[in-house]
Amino acid sequence: MSQIFHHSSNALARVTIFGGVFILGFIGWAGYQLDASHYATRQEVPRDQPVPFSHAHHVGGEGFDCRYCHTTVEDSSFANIPPVKTCMNCHSQIWKDSPTLEPVRTAFRNNGTIAWVRVHDLPDFVYFNHSIHVAKGVGCETCHGRIDQMPLTRQFATLRMEWCLDCHKNPAPNLRPHEFITKMGYTPAGDQEEIGRRLMAENQIQDARHLTSCSTCHR
Amino acid sequence: MRTNLKWGAVALILAGAVGCRQDMHDQPKYIPLRPSSFFDDGRSARPIPAGTVARGHLEADTAFYTGKDANGNYVDGFPFAVTKEVLLRGQERYNIFCTPCHDRTGTGNGIVVRRGFRHPPSYHIDRLRQAPNGYIFDVITNGFGAMQDYSAQVAPADRWAIIAYERALQLSENATLADVPAAQRAQLGAQGNALVIQQEAR
Repeated sequence: MSQIFHHSSNALARVTIFGGVFILGFIGWAGYQLDASHYATRQEVPRDQPVPFSHAHHVGGEGFDCRYCHTTVEDSSFANIPPVKTCMNCHSQIWKDSPTLEPVRTAFRNNGTIAWVRVHDLPDFVYFNHSIHVAKGVGCETCHGRIDQMPLTRQFATLRMEWCLDCHKNPAPNLRPHEFITKMGYTPAGDQEEIGRRLMAENQIQDARHLTSCSTCHR
Repeated sequence: MRTNLKWGAVALILAGAVGCRQDMHDQPKYIPLRPSSFFDDGRSARPIPAGTVARGHLEADTAFYTGKDANGNYVDGFPFAVTKEVLLRGQERYNIFCTPCHDRTGTGNGIVVRRGFRHPPSYHIDRLRQAPNGYIFDVITNGFGAMQDYSAQVAPADRWAIIAYERALQLSENATLADVPAAQRAQLGAQGNALVIQQEAR
């Protein structure tokens, strides 16, 4: 009886075994990289808006506090996008003839809205709550980055679950005292480890087991 | 056998690709500010019908919610005790909502004014120093002149806190040495000036 397998099959078998590990590994790695890429997360991708609103100008240049417009951020799960009325508080007199602001004036006259393009779009099965994060000492900058340097708003964080969990496992490095909550370019006055530990206790932040429980964010 | 395996793998990959759907990510439900095709104005958040009173929000205390008493006269005084917490809250809210025009000391040289908005009166003129608290509350609630109303941005309790802080600003601009407690007077002079410079630089 002749051999079923040719002698070269030995080599093929070895290549298949090692190759299988590496090829599968590579596919897994490539898939992860693709999923975490800016293309998939839309991180750092500025969105075109109906009005090219510049946080760099309003926050960085004029020094507006985040809460002047996003008034609900301390009390509500959702940080509101301001109604056009808020724009008109100043733009009734400033740049009142600017063609760029015509959509704002039109919406204001007609009791309408501007269809802003959503920049941070979490999956609908995530129940993120702004107010609890602000109350516990997570600054705007921590998740939104240097918004005061963004001419067009873009997403600073990946918004991937591992990013959420990184902080939920160990919040202390990302906590700041309440008076600096909206400050951009914040640097801790002292040892962040110590400040973080103190704020964990003061704000009664729960341990990692509670913070990483599924139903903390999903329900 | 080998062909079957090959096609099986291809089918598996295709099935995986087809499985990448976003149904759970984008559920057919309203989340804040999600548009609606059902309502004419495209909003999923609906305006509250006129006359609706939410539980616990009857707002029967007209002095607290309008700054006027039953006869329509401005009230003076405060609806609650002005504590240090109230003042600090007022300072925070003042710095958020009022400083763009009125600036940190209340003279009316805020950034928006410097950009061309009509100059508001300084808080430190006699008329405003003597104006009752209810008057200021009314201005915040309903606007005045070029100033739009802030009823949607500042809650009533915060408006009162802001008024308390504005009163503190007015005091600070017209303070004399006699207003400083005797125990603290020694700290003024060189050290007091240094503090002032520090605060201005901030």
